[in-house]
Amino acid sequence: MARAATTRHVAVSTLGAWLAGFLIFFPILWMVLASFKTELEAFAIPPSFLFFHWTTENYATVQGRSDYVHHAINSILIAGGSTLIALLIAIPAAWSMAFSPTKRTKDVLLWMLSTKMMPAVGVLVPIYLIYRDFGLLDSRTGLIFILCLGNLPIVVWMLFTYFKEIPKDILEAARMDGATISRELIYVLTPMAVPGLASTLLLNLILAWNEAFWTLNLSTLHAAPLTVFIASYSSPEGLFWAKLSAASTLAIAPILVLGWFSQRQLVRGLTFGAVK
Amino acid sequence: MRWMAALSPQPEARMATRQTQLLARTLLAPSVALLFIWMIVPLALTIYFSTLHYNLLDTESGQFIGFENFTYFLTDPAFLASLRNTLVLVGSVLGLTILLGIPLALLLDQPVIGRDVVRLMVIAPFFVMPTVSALIWKNLLMHPVSGLLAWIAGLFGATPIDWFNDAPLLAIILIVAWQWLPFATLILLTALQSLDEEQKEAAEMDGARAVSTFIYITLPHLARPITVVILIETIFLLSVFAEIFVTTGGGPGLQTTNIAFLVYSQALIQFDVGSASAGGLVAVVIANIVAFFLVRIVGRNLEA
Repeated sequence: MARAATTRHVAVSTLGAWLAGFLIFFPILWMVLASFKTELEAFAIPPSFLFFHWTTENYATVQGRSDYVHHAINSILIAGGSTLIALLIAIPAAWSMAFSPTKRTKDVLLWMLSTKMMPAVGVLVPIYLIYRDFGLLDSRTGLIFILCLGNLPIVVWMLFTYFKEIPKDILEAARMDGATISRELIYVLTPMAVPGLASTLLLNLILAWNEAFWTLNLSTLHAAPLTVFIASYSSPEGLFWAKLSAASTLAIAPILVLGWFSQRQLVRGLTFGAVK
Repeated sequence: MRWMAALSPQPEARMATRQTQLLARTLLAPSVALLFIWMIVPLALTIYFSTLHYNLLDTESGQFIGFENFTYFLTDPAFLASLRNTLVLVGSVLGLTILLGIPLALLLDQPVIGRDVVRLMVIAPFFVMPTVSALIWKNLLMHPVSGLLAWIAGLFGATPIDWFNDAPLLAIILIVAWQWLPFATLILLTALQSLDEEQKEAAEMDGARAVSTFIYITLPHLARPITVVILIETIFLLSVFAEIFVTTGGGPGLQTTNIAFLVYSQALIQFDVGSASAGGLVAVVIANIVAFFLVRIVGRNLEA
């Protein structure tokens, strides 16, 4: 065949791809390495790449000085809570639009999408003042609420595209076979909906975990998630590179793993189905 | 569980139709209502505030002043500077991510040993939270004395760049481009993989060179995904905030202040609610222009 890969072709493209991949990944790798150095080594010129005194003391210090765990729990509660609530609100909506669409369904979907495109700064002032008056500043509830609303359009949209792919005929077939409605729901519909639900959950966890506009503006300490915790290293603690690196590694590790699992859904979720 | 009847288009469903529709609306209502409130209430308040002389530090504030805030905001030199910075930031990041994303996607579309691992490495920056990427780049890589880039420059006998003093906006652009390159690459790669292999083969059989195959077959196929990348990235890039917040704080001077950051600083640093609201509305108008085109593209796809 014309496109049968020659050995040379494979060798060249493999080399090129690995080189590009390594360059792009390098800042993350460099950060992880720095997190195992002493402060002096992290700052040293010329830098040492592998042959330094490997130490884990930075990780202990990060927890001791600034209570990493407190902020990690906030991140988990805020990202997890906002995603779960968004799912609960979005599932019925997506379900009804996918299975009993009306003439207006398309408009409703596009309208929902357009709310996602409104820049957050456009509503920063009123939200801040409302939160101040209701005592929601620096509260987890407040952040859960705002991140939930912010991601709701994407959740509805993703679920809609997944639900729409469930063939309706299969329900009829099940009914012909004498399945009761509850059996139909449990044995036929749920298993088919689970993959879509899981990918939606995963992508929105990532988005909520990394959200850094509302979290930076609406929380300071008590409710501050990891995004804000890391921002506190901007000065003057930023001078402690090894500790900054250790804290950063801890902050991104869980979501990096989740992200790698969900990279295929990412395209679908973030392009609203415009690229498949 | 009667609403399940809606799932099968059986004749007896006709009787249930009205109920079904009612139920469908009931299921839809919470999402629509919440998003409606979330959109309308704050936006209405922003519009209202934008017509007031309203400063949180000024007890006298609250009187109606019409369009004065807009006149003030739009003629403020800071606005023009931040508009320029916003456009430069968005434009440069778009250019970088697409110009680097196309060759990268083409490369990953080749037979590569261990492609899955390379994909993971390429996609990784997208999952790093903005505050982490900004601080790691600012310190570990771009520090004028101890940063890795300074050391590399030193190896070649060049003078290290003092990124955040001499080229602060460029530094922000590079950081943001690093975060968004994976996104562009992944979408372009997905599109490439759906390109009909036979079409390319046929072109090659006809004696087309690799270059003309790329120009006449691959590139037209990429036109749509590129448009999508441009529109979606623009929406997100218009509101870049955290990267500026943790590295430069908008400075030095106004050199890295974009519209999002200007509105933030007027609201939460100067406590000028009126002017910040006017600025927020300007940001909304700009984003809506982009959103208009994106919604049209997505809507067209929905029908197909």
